[in-house]
Amino acid sequence: MARSNKPIVWGPFAAGGTLTAFLTPVLILLTLLAALGHVPDLLAYDRMHAFAAHWLVKVATVAVVFLSLWSAAHRLRITCYDLGVRADTLVAAIVYAIAVAASVAAAAYLLLI
Amino acid sequence: MSERVVELEVLRYNPETDREPHFRRYSVPCREEWVVLDALNHVKENIDPTLSYRWSCHMAVCGSCGMMINREPKLACKSFLRDYQGVIRVEPLAHFPIERDLVTVIDDFVAKLKRVKPYLIPKQPKALEDGEYRQTPAQLKRYKQFTLCINCMLCYAACPEYGLIPKFIGPAALSLAHRYNQDSRDGGREERQQEIAATEGVWECAFVGACSEVCPEHVDPAAALQQVKIKSTVDWYLEHAMPWLNK
Repeated sequence: MARSNKPIVWGPFAAGGTLTAFLTPVLILLTLLAALGHVPDLLAYDRMHAFAAHWLVKVATVAVVFLSLWSAAHRLRITCYDLGVRADTLVAAIVYAIAVAASVAAAAYLLLI
Repeated sequence: MSERVVELEVLRYNPETDREPHFRRYSVPCREEWVVLDALNHVKENIDPTLSYRWSCHMAVCGSCGMMINREPKLACKSFLRDYQGVIRVEPLAHFPIERDLVTVIDDFVAKLKRVKPYLIPKQPKALEDGEYRQTPAQLKRYKQFTLCINCMLCYAACPEYGLIPKFIGPAALSLAHRYNQDSRDGGREERQQEIAATEGVWECAFVGACSEVCPEHVDPAAALQQVKIKSTVDWYLEHAMPWLNK
């Protein structure tokens, strides 16, 4: 039997899931702190802006954004299937396209910095 | 000794006389320490000798008495009556065709098990006089948990993906393939990957995790399948991104 090509979509899904598991709680905490006006000095806006201006940080940020979105898209695709939406190819095309488009947008904005 | 009368609602189906399955109710005087299997044995011995079900060891080792008890896949020999209230509904394992009463047709599982070659395929066959294949405790630990499977098929009855896609090789067979792939003495991974890395192999798994919840031996098939996915993904990327590594 032919081996599946599913690893193409599953690889970034697993990587994104792992990243999200570790990063999302941190991001939520930092967002809450910022909302309450308790941003540590190190994470002030202009410092973060300067940090994001470095090419390596841009690459890392795009990677994190892409993997997280891809992971969410894949999970949504599987959930749709489990909920009885059997148009898997269509659902896959839509959710993956959104993930890719948003990643491209993130890359474009980062390049403007 | 305390005794209570338990109401059992058992699915009955005789393909020779019944057009479709139906339920029959039995009142069984039970002891405190009885399990569902004891109650079924009581029914067969004292109330209705035509009741059919599989069982053998009565100690969660043989894996024969898997059935749906109150819609959950369980070993009848491990399900204490004292843990249930009201009428207890007993049905054959979900997702399998019924042969008769609580007996299911398991040919599909047995065929899948054969396909994944769940036996040691030695890397280098050794002559008897060369001694045994040795293993360190660390090497044993990599697969020991997955050896505990008793082929009871509760994981197949619990797996919604198997219910949706009958071609799916399923939790137990994939876990057993992984058990041998993880064995340092084994060299059969390439052969097994033909089956388990296919779409109807590990990739139909959506990591629902129900298999691990119902597994009476704590094999954690879901973990085995996730490990297979990771390894198959690494294989895929090595094969496609670095074709020069291919033999």
